[in-house]
Amino acid sequence: MHLPKPRGAFSEQVVATLASGDPTGVGRAPEPETAEDAALALWSLYELSYRGFEEVDDRLEWAPELVAVRRALEEDLEARLRSRWSGTPSYEGDFAAAFFAEVEGHDGPSLARFVQRDATADQVMELLQARSVYHLKESDPVAFSVPRLPVAPRAALMELQYDEYGGGRPDRLHAHLFAGGLAALGLDPHEGAYVDQAPLSVLEQNNAMSLFGLNRRLRGASVGHLAAFEATSSGPCRRMSQGLARLGLAEEMRAYYDEHVEADAVHEQLAVRLICAPLVAAEPETEGDVWFGGFTCLDLEDRVARHYLERWGVSA
Amino acid sequence: MSETATPDVVICPGGPLLLRGEHLVQDEDGVDHETTRPVSAVCRCGRSATKPWCDGTHKVIPEKLRP
Repeated sequence: MHLPKPRGAFSEQVVATLASGDPTGVGRAPEPETAEDAALALWSLYELSYRGFEEVDDRLEWAPELVAVRRALEEDLEARLRSRWSGTPSYEGDFAAAFFAEVEGHDGPSLARFVQRDATADQVMELLQARSVYHLKESDPVAFSVPRLPVAPRAALMELQYDEYGGGRPDRLHAHLFAGGLAALGLDPHEGAYVDQAPLSVLEQNNAMSLFGLNRRLRGASVGHLAAFEATSSGPCRRMSQGLARLGLAEEMRAYYDEHVEADAVHEQLAVRLICAPLVAAEPETEGDVWFGGFTCLDLEDRVARHYLERWGVSA
Repeated sequence: MSETATPDVVICPGGPLLLRGEHLVQDEDGVDHETTRPVSAVCRCGRSATKPWCDGTHKVIPEKLRP
């Protein structure tokens, strides 16, 4: 992957520092100009913990100067995400039933419904490019949470992840299925290929997952995000597949969404009942963050949906 | 049940039946389907479009009619 195009003087200095190999250069960075400027810089720093950039020295992942910048950006992001959340809902009885009910009760704009019925091929291609920022590293952020969980949810998350990563078969690895779909559509299947087009909401969506995955104290938010993501996936994936079929777009990309209809019908049950519920039971202090992570997933997807529907002149 | 008990079959209230491991599942028409995942979700509401597997359709059924 190659370094992205900066979106302001701050991300310009961060990107230049990464390219230079000398982490002290980041000290010359001014304050971020805009939320996008900050988000792109944070995204670039986070990527050092995944597969990195071709032109960046891998050792910079843990350079104290860059970790300090990352921490400041993370604190800002976390505070913003928490300010949007209204707190743990009150419920009686079973956590799993309450979590499913909360997710089902959430009413946000749906990109999948628009793709199913009305989107043009160009709009679908634009959406898939934005989705590629996450789907090409699908399941990677929550993978960091595996060693941070107590026994029962750790085993359950590993079981879910084994399926996400193809059950030992690279050709079934979900991120790789998506890359195959992009290539079949004539799009660039390489990581980071479309990050320069990603709006703030998409960058924030990706940064939130890395924030939750890379900080052990936020393990509750990490698996709560996963649970809400999986619990809002099967239906929308079926609609995406139907939209791709309506437009006669590549079978390979339909196969990616078809796989998720079935896989995520399993994963939502695993995530809510066998990962989040046992985590909350074993470590009750994580419950608030489980709900916070779930809310953040739904809220950020609403923001992405509103961005694209507004851009395309569609009323949500 | 201990914290680390691992049932092979889990009935999800209002949702599917989770099946852990490799199994051959026969549908209503007598057709056999091999499981392909570490855990599979078998439809219990009868409305799935990908039977015998769950596709999440139970969520669009009124709550009192769910399994």
